[in-house]
Amino acid sequence: MDSHASTPAAAHQHEHPSAGVYVKIGIVLFILTSLEVGLYEFTYGEHSGPMGAQIQPFFVPLLLLLSAAKFALVAMFYMHLKQDSRIFAGVFVFPLIIACIVVVALMVLMAYHFAYARSGG
Amino acid sequence: MATTAIDQQRAHAAAGHGEKTGLWSWLTTVDHKRIGILYGATAFAFFLLGGIEALLLRIQLGTPNNTFLAPETYNQLFTMHGTTMIFLAIMPLSAMFFNFMIPLLIGARDVAFPRLNAFSYWAFLAGGLFLNSSFLFGAAPDQGWYGYANLTSRQFSPGMNVDFWLLGLQILGVASLAAAVNFFVTILNMRAPGMTLMRMPMFVWMSLITQVLLLLAFPVITVALILLMFDRFFGTHFFVPSGGGDPLLWQHLFWIFGHPEVYILILPAFGIISEVLPVFSRKPLFGYAAMVFSGAFIAFLGFGVWSHHMFTTGMGPIADTFFSLSTMLIAIPTGVKIFNWLGTIWGGSLQLRTPMYFALGFIAMFIIGGLSGVMHASPPADLQQNDTYFIVAHFHYVLFGGSIFGLTAGAYYWWPKMSGRMLDETLGKVHFWLMLIGFNLTFFPMHILGLNGMPRRVYTYPEGLGFETLNQLETVGAFILALSFAVFLVNIFKTGRGPRNAPADPWNGATLEWSIPSPPQEWNFAEVPTVRGRDPVWETKRERGGSLAEPARVSGAGIHLPNPSYWPLVAALGLAGMMTGVLLIQHLGPWGIMAGAAILFFGVYNWAFEPAG
Amino acid sequence: MSDAHALHLETSTGLDSRKLAIWTFIGSECLFFATLISNYLVNKSRNLIPPYPHDVTLPGGKVVEGVIEIPLVTFGTALLLFSSLFIVLALAEAQRGNRKALLGWLAATIVCGLFFVGMQVYEFTHFVHKGLTLKVNLFGASFFTLTGFHGTHVTLGVIWLITLWIEAFRGRIPPAKSLNLEIAALYWHFVDVVWVVIFPVVYLIK
Repeated sequence: MDSHASTPAAAHQHEHPSAGVYVKIGIVLFILTSLEVGLYEFTYGEHSGPMGAQIQPFFVPLLLLLSAAKFALVAMFYMHLKQDSRIFAGVFVFPLIIACIVVVALMVLMAYHFAYARSGG
Repeated sequence: MATTAIDQQRAHAAAGHGEKTGLWSWLTTVDHKRIGILYGATAFAFFLLGGIEALLLRIQLGTPNNTFLAPETYNQLFTMHGTTMIFLAIMPLSAMFFNFMIPLLIGARDVAFPRLNAFSYWAFLAGGLFLNSSFLFGAAPDQGWYGYANLTSRQFSPGMNVDFWLLGLQILGVASLAAAVNFFVTILNMRAPGMTLMRMPMFVWMSLITQVLLLLAFPVITVALILLMFDRFFGTHFFVPSGGGDPLLWQHLFWIFGHPEVYILILPAFGIISEVLPVFSRKPLFGYAAMVFSGAFIAFLGFGVWSHHMFTTGMGPIADTFFSLSTMLIAIPTGVKIFNWLGTIWGGSLQLRTPMYFALGFIAMFIIGGLSGVMHASPPADLQQNDTYFIVAHFHYVLFGGSIFGLTAGAYYWWPKMSGRMLDETLGKVHFWLMLIGFNLTFFPMHILGLNGMPRRVYTYPEGLGFETLNQLETVGAFILALSFAVFLVNIFKTGRGPRNAPADPWNGATLEWSIPSPPQEWNFAEVPTVRGRDPVWETKRERGGSLAEPARVSGAGIHLPNPSYWPLVAALGLAGMMTGVLLIQHLGPWGIMAGAAILFFGVYNWAFEPAG
Repeated sequence: MSDAHALHLETSTGLDSRKLAIWTFIGSECLFFATLISNYLVNKSRNLIPPYPHDVTLPGGKVVEGVIEIPLVTFGTALLLFSSLFIVLALAEAQRGNRKALLGWLAATIVCGLFFVGMQVYEFTHFVHKGLTLKVNLFGASFFTLTGFHGTHVTLGVIWLITLWIEAFRGRIPPAKSLNLEIAALYWHFVDVVWVVIFPVVYLIK
């Protein structure tokens, strides 16, 4: 990394989104949450119809997509990653990648273990 | 004479800037060099303790059917030996070098967070004392350093042994995380002007990667220990089969931490070797970029190999294959490093001084350890090797032959800088030969014993299985090893009584620490250096016709330093108090924990609002 | 907080060390919560006895009611999301030097945080009444451990924010010191983002 340590530490050289942008993102987050709950009700809720049953295989991917969108919005805009130095993004994203590997690996390994490796499991 | 001039300058500077002495100055220090010395002295003491534990084990195993140690005592000793050597010796010895040397190597006057740094030392000390206080209650941890479930459940370990272990490790984990945040930011943010990442000394690179491993691996063991704590104290069944839990989950969680942990243990030593070899070969490090990227690759891949510790648990052929391949793959970047070290030595003008002896010994011993490691990477081979002395041989070759030889090389190399005194060369070489011979005598036969079927963690063995001679040999070797450290102690005390007259640059070093006095003044650099390449001090010497004048000691007027503080110590006591509260929850209810938390909060608040200077 | 940081020492990356430190800590915490979430996912269906998270139809046709109540948790989720909005607005006001507006938005953040913790306490009590405890089965153990540690993080965040509110009230957070709030805000957003993952994983996915 090329650096000469001459830039001042006051890192507010990026453009701040206005309050309006923040509020709009807040509304989008609320809408996305409503969509998550709506998707749940549509698929598994008390009044879900036959369409709900058809959606079931897609439920988890769709839900994860919605929550990933919320995650990204909060990280990029509220936590300022979009405007800030990429070093911050790197320090956050790299552990996230390792975290996802750990979650997936544990689920796969333990699922196999429960299904095949244990008698009476 | 130079000696007199140095002493005069030292006295002048000490009078001018108030070099503090006394217990209180040590308790409140935020000087990274002093904290480094605290880490080093404490870690070395724990290392000797772990060594005594090992000697006791070796006496017991020296003859078949021995009754020197009761089985329960044996279990406590091998558990504490492993836990002590890993968490209380090797890691904090590395921390000694992180503390003392990183700011000097990057041309900085201090670390990024001096009080957080102090806190991590006091928390380490508290954790080490907490763990070892268990001996006073006859309840030292006895479940193996990796605490496999469900031996660790309340049902099978009803005493306080496992509680001491899991709570002590939590304290140590906090210490490690605090230190990792500090050094990660220090290395990224406090480098001297001109020192880009690809101009950093290799010890700093390996340390940076180690901090990343610490930050990512320790949270996993923290959660695992929390789950175990909940099982033991609050009646959950995470690892208890009768409640639906699965002991295998513990193994996964532990080794997701445990494998990166072994890279945490070896990478700093790799870094030290990469500092020592060039200086004592009078040649720059071969393949700098390859060394950086192989270190980073080892760390990243280190998160993908953990189940090679679990080949005997029946994970199935797909998991076995995956982890076998990833484990074999990790041998490649490791091999790159070894060849680059050899490439550094090749064609060099070898200066065979004590640090170089240990560095060369490191290469040879680590290769042997790596070879046995690659053998374990094959699941069918590991089916026989696992839980035998073959594994014990492997990890001692990489942890002692690797980490300890490397750390010892670093100790001899940087001793003049840290203490202002040269260690005795002759005694150093005696130390080396005794250590090399004692080490190989102790651990090489374990390969044979393991392949012949001697299991691990057994307090004795019967006659007639062919184990007797080799075990005897190993016990003799262990005592030779102990003798080597006695020689080291003699060296330290003998030279410790002499004058502090080590030159700034006794070895013709390449890096910035050799451009300042030995030991450095409190602010390290009178003038912050500007760096124009790798090996900056060699560069400067070349420009000035071969050598540098002995650097002057200055008064330090106008140099701003952080104030000392006792709040890190208070906060560490609060943390230890909380864990003690958990340990004694049956007697104290929640009040012990709350008292500890109150002290922790009190310490943290005052720390936050205290002016840093 | 401490005055020394106003010295603005030049750093090699040009980034403030304390801001880099909180991001580093957040990166580490990703692994902490990833492990807790993994533990939950592995264990949540491995129950020898009820209660279960969602409704389960037994082989005979009988339905065992799940304990999870979506409306309550959705309300909590919305609270946390809005609290993130409020603290961003508070930070903007701090950077502009509008002390009164800062105090207002920061108070709103704290109130949302307190209500969230209150919601969690209510939910936990409710679940215990329905028979779900740490000990009863793995769903209970994993659920309370995961959401309990998240709730503890929220509580510590609330204490941190209250401390900052008092500092701001005393006029000790001028624009030059807004970084103190920014660092707390980053922690707060992280705690929110962890909930963004927990909400579907625990409450919505069967």
